[in-house]
Amino acid sequence: MIDERYSAPYKDKKLVQAIASRLNMFQERPMRFMEVCGTHTMSIFRHGIRSILPSNVELVSGPGCPVCVTSQADIDAMIGLAGQPGVIVATFGDLLRVPGTKGSLASAKARGARVEIVYSPADALKIACANPDHDVVFLGIGFETTVPAVAAALLEARSRSIRNFFVFSSHKTMPRALHALLADPELRIDGLLCPGHVSTIIGAKAYEPLAETKNVPCVIAGFEPADILQGIYMLAKQVYEGRHGVENCYSRAVTWHGNERAIKVMERAFEPCDAVWRGLGKIDSSGLAISPTLSMHDASKHFGMWSQTTVTPDPRGCLCGEVIKGKKRPPECPLFSRACTPTSPVGPCMVSSEGSCAAYFRYSTPCRQEIAEQQIP
Amino acid sequence: MCLAIPVKIVEMRGKQDDFLNPPVAVVEAEGAQREIRLDIVDRWPSPGDYVIVHAGFAIRTLSPEEAEANIELMRQMAQGQRQGDD
Ligand code: SF4
Repeated sequence: MIDERYSAPYKDKKLVQAIASRLNMFQERPMRFMEVCGTHTMSIFRHGIRSILPSNVELVSGPGCPVCVTSQADIDAMIGLAGQPGVIVATFGDLLRVPGTKGSLASAKARGARVEIVYSPADALKIACANPDHDVVFLGIGFETTVPAVAAALLEARSRSIRNFFVFSSHKTMPRALHALLADPELRIDGLLCPGHVSTIIGAKAYEPLAETKNVPCVIAGFEPADILQGIYMLAKQVYEGRHGVENCYSRAVTWHGNERAIKVMERAFEPCDAVWRGLGKIDSSGLAISPTLSMHDASKHFGMWSQTTVTPDPRGCLCGEVIKGKKRPPECPLFSRACTPTSPVGPCMVSSEGSCAAYFRYSTPCRQEIAEQQIP
Repeated sequence: MCLAIPVKIVEMRGKQDDFLNPPVAVVEAEGAQREIRLDIVDRWPSPGDYVIVHAGFAIRTLSPEEAEANIELMRQMAQGQRQGDD
């Protein structure tokens, strides 16, 4: 049941139009903003936000799709795990069809590997309880929004001595990656539309060093059309006024300090480690490894096969790395909608519903564009 | 992976700090009831409250006052009524 109070007002056509028209005040110079979060990318397409923006405002997608930024080496390791005897792999559905160097989790499953789709790490724990004679490995991808949930499952596994439950941690933290991304002189970004629910956990304060050291405006926004437009408006206003600070227009879900309870749980189960991101390469302390006190549930220790910093080449011809960095738009990839489609994806950005290639594909042909436009609130 | 829409709690089950019977909230979403874990929620909710759910765990309890303040600010800004906004 969805309460009108929390979402309907933010879809209000009049409000959306009023904000959009105020954006026209800032037309003097071109502005390029990055929407960091994959859920924003989806929402921007679904609501046809681009078509109501003034022509001087450009939106590029960033590194906020968890599946997309997972390194090829980690994807290969996950597929490798699925082939092990006596192992059940539990995963979020959008990892299933991501192409590895050889095959995918889906093809491993078709060959008889036990791969279970779960909605929550708690469900993976239930599978472990129900299958005591199997090792159950949860494939941990995602950012600060997801990590506390995985942490809670790990802590529960330890207290209840569920010894056959493991987590393969490919988790990543967002602010570090944004620092690395903005250090790239080729990337011209005038502002960051910061993720909504990552910020629910880490708080608005997490972006302060970024805004200060990189001189980049940071605005946190929710996911409804008015939320996103308001976020873009506040970014444009900061640019216009020559400011670069952190502003929060998703105050119903995000506070300055974040969800301290979740952060505590996360810190009990994980500690920072270096990690390789697709497109961005290795970034110091941008990953999360399972804490030594929980090493009995750490799949990388138990199966001893890889580390988060291994580098394996990306699929041939795939420009996901450039797409993730906001340097290329999906249609600029020669494989886009030819060799690479959602039914036969070449790279992860075409698999995940949060990936920009998948979003572009879904909404880019003329009739699809029309549908998207009809949905403009 | 992200269910961005707040959902309403219809019932509470289990106990705080009891790992064998962890606290869960029953929510209604898309016509079905689901159990949502409360291990990492920021504020303890009650039935009738709305929560933001991610991967089966509530990550935020919403308050009607905060929601009201959020939309009110947005409306004021859209009208250019907020002081110092222009
Ligand atoms: S269209 Fe396909 S191959 Fe090209 S960047 Fe996107 S996912 Fe990679």
